[in-house]
Amino acid sequence: MDESPAEVDVTMSQVAAPLAIEVQEASENDAATGEVVFDLHDVNVYYGQALAVAGVSLEIYKNHITAMIGPSGCGKSTIVRSLNRMNDSVSGFRLTGECTYHGNDLYASGVDPVEVRRRIGMVFQRPNPFPKSIYDNIAWAPRILGLKENLDERVEKALRGAAIWDEVKDRLKTSALGLSGGQQQRLCIARSIAIEPDVLLLDEPCSSLDPISTASVEDLMQELKRDYTIVIVTHNMQQAARVAERTAFFSLDVSEGRRTGILVEYDETSKLFTRPTDKRTEDYVTGRFG
Amino acid sequence: MNSIAGTARLPSSRRFTDRVGDRVLFGLTALASLIAVVVIALVIYQIVHGAVPAMSKYGVGFLFHDTWNGSTIFGGGATIFGTLVTSAGALLIAAPLGIAIGLYLSQLTSPRTAAVIGPLVELLAAVPSVIIGLWGIVVLAPIMRSTIEPALHNVLGFIPLFGSPSLSGSGIFTAIVILAIMALPIIAAITRDLFLTVPSELKDGALALGATRWEMVRGVVLGSMRPGIASACILGAARALGEAIAVLQVIGFVFQAHANLFDNGSTLAATLANDATSNNTTLETASVFYLGVILLGIELLVNLAAQAIVRHYRLPSATGGPTQKIVDVSAAATALDVEM
Amino acid sequence: MASVDYSGPLTPTGNLRRRRVVDRLARGSATAAAVLAVAILLIFIYSIVQHGASVISLSFLTKNPLETFSVSGNAPVGGIGNAIVGSLLIVAIGTAIALPIGVLIALFLTEFASPRWAGPVRLALDLLYGLPSIVIALFLYGLLVVGHGQAGVYASLALAIIMVPLIARTTGESLGLVPKELRDASLALGISRWRTTVGLTIPSAFGGIVTGTVLAVARAAGETAPVLLLSSLANPTQTSGSVFSQPLNNLPYDIYNFSVEGGATNFAKAWGAALVLVTFVLVANFTARALHARSRRMMSR
Repeated sequence: MDESPAEVDVTMSQVAAPLAIEVQEASENDAATGEVVFDLHDVNVYYGQALAVAGVSLEIYKNHITAMIGPSGCGKSTIVRSLNRMNDSVSGFRLTGECTYHGNDLYASGVDPVEVRRRIGMVFQRPNPFPKSIYDNIAWAPRILGLKENLDERVEKALRGAAIWDEVKDRLKTSALGLSGGQQQRLCIARSIAIEPDVLLLDEPCSSLDPISTASVEDLMQELKRDYTIVIVTHNMQQAARVAERTAFFSLDVSEGRRTGILVEYDETSKLFTRPTDKRTEDYVTGRFG
Repeated sequence: MNSIAGTARLPSSRRFTDRVGDRVLFGLTALASLIAVVVIALVIYQIVHGAVPAMSKYGVGFLFHDTWNGSTIFGGGATIFGTLVTSAGALLIAAPLGIAIGLYLSQLTSPRTAAVIGPLVELLAAVPSVIIGLWGIVVLAPIMRSTIEPALHNVLGFIPLFGSPSLSGSGIFTAIVILAIMALPIIAAITRDLFLTVPSELKDGALALGATRWEMVRGVVLGSMRPGIASACILGAARALGEAIAVLQVIGFVFQAHANLFDNGSTLAATLANDATSNNTTLETASVFYLGVILLGIELLVNLAAQAIVRHYRLPSATGGPTQKIVDVSAAATALDVEM
Repeated sequence: MASVDYSGPLTPTGNLRRRRVVDRLARGSATAAAVLAVAILLIFIYSIVQHGASVISLSFLTKNPLETFSVSGNAPVGGIGNAIVGSLLIVAIGTAIALPIGVLIALFLTEFASPRWAGPVRLALDLLYGLPSIVIALFLYGLLVVGHGQAGVYASLALAIIMVPLIARTTGESLGLVPKELRDASLALGISRWRTTVGLTIPSAFGGIVTGTVLAVARAAGETAPVLLLSSLANPTQTSGSVFSQPLNNLPYDIYNFSVEGGATNFAKAWGAALVLVTFVLVANFTARALHARSRRMMSR
């Protein structure tokens, strides 16, 4: 019953590719005119009674790479995991404020988190390939989503898209656990894009990788942003400066005996790193703090 | 050797007691461990030794011969058959239910709920089998006779397994249900422990791809845990294979092999309990021990197999059994609760 | 670019509606299985209380089977006093044997044994754990009862064999939780190994030892196969004294015997004895759980 949309899906994606580049060029000219994908307004996140992140407001634009930086515990991962409802299973998690995706409230009552995650993919801090073959790692999600037509092509396209095809094409049936860390992480990216999501959330994707693997993943991000909107959490300021159009700086508010993450400043990356408006941002990016 | 630094300052009498104390402590612990090894060896020796007269008289044919006439001719066929049928039947019921409970406790409910339900499931394993047998006689058997067996016979009667219902409610099928109840908490607790070891990164990875929780469970949890599930089922079967008392209470003990599950029967363990003390003749006693050899062999084999699987796949030890592990697991489940 | 209109409402698209049904069915089945297991436990407890509560009286708990008394209009029954005493004696002696051996084995495995020696000992423990109690009973039957006749203490031996792996395992687990630094610090101070073990390691693992013992006692108290083969031909009036030379009546055997003899009076007595036994087992399990939680808290501090 779901085969026919899959067919449409493949043909449309081929048509859409050049359009995506135009959007990309437009967005580089004037970021503020880009289409808003996520719109957060005064978002608070609680774990039980504790306020973990307070008062976050920001807009994330289509086909941009948006970075979130800040010291550990500042809530940047919490916010990014809130964008595809990955925090739902954490007991005591609660979110208030407005958090919309293409104008739809992510936390409205009728929202299906599974549908949300189908549209908003996520890659995690540690590479987490399934203990299956390389092929099955990629094909698993398309199969359950009913995208079974031309599965081999879909797998190849995803692996090419994640710039790992040449390295694995001769051993698709071998275990994914035999890959190196950098390859595993690119496999996880391939796994995410195999179902053609709208957004890719990357939660410190390079923190467990060596510099060469990190560089390859960063190159990959530049390729991917033609087709996807990317949000990356990183503890590495240079990485944010290298890859992101816009950067959000989070910090930790330890006043009144609490530890709450706050969004200090959000701007174009070049501006945030060279002419920050907030003293705390300046201290952080110049290395005086954190 | 570990007291070199201190020896110079210690009075010689203290040094002497220390040396003797160390040796005594080591000797005692080694002796206790030796006892455990010797007991296992003695168990095997004693039971084989007791069976020798019957083994030399009947040989391997004993395994297939199904006459046990009480004074002259003895064969283990019927009891072996009964053991296999009851254990297989119990496993058929308990395995899917137990694995489902393991999944429920580890993946599908909150740690808070699991911390309540898990211990209750484990308590089921703590109910003495003789009480379950009593319940089987007084409560379950009448229901089997009046409702369940006739219903199954009416629907599935064309299969020889579901023949005419028993008159008393006791029989092989009642034994299967009782054994399933006993194996259930074991399989549930072991698989729960097993499933809790699936890294949350893998589960997050599946969920982040737009999988439902059940698809995540099927793809990542069940998929990667097949050997452990097998070993849990083997240990559940081991429980059913070895249960003597409750089976004896509800099976309507009789030596016969037949297809009808609603008829009476016997198992190895139940025969040991029933016939060991009735020792009419030396040959009968030896034949009972021969059955003991077979049961012991099956149990050793089954336990070693479960352990081999656990070791080969480096799974968390599954041989701890529910009553011992319970506590640790509910603590683990509580630890999953994120503290922030 | 894909089959999904990303800006559409965040409700199921594609095959998700069908997958949601499967998801709900699967989760519902798993929940039902868990509910079933808990329901079985509650039905057991309900049955035992329903049938057993009316039988319980001071006379029932203290008199022996031949001292009959009447229960609220029913036929006169005898008590289970001697069975309670017998069970207490048999289990107590079994525990007295199993506790030191179990703890010593755990000490051997954690403090002394090289992997070469630990392997066979662990294997022996695992195999002992996996032995059906009827096999242990048959072993002692062949070793002791043939030739000497039954005795309560033989049943104690069988229970000890059942309890040792349980106690050794829990003790081993809690010994493993005693920080190695603590022991090393003591040894580095020149304190000998046995003083360190007796004065430091064992007290630190005390909670685990007690937990394991209580669980093992709960398990042993309900074991029926050993008492059936080793201590079942008791003189019904006998209450104590000769545990080393004669079989003693006991709770599991009483329940077994009454249940297979059948008839309203026997079933009533079986349920009464079952209520006593199951109360003990459940209280012991809850106690063990509470002790475990407590010692864990103290360890983590």
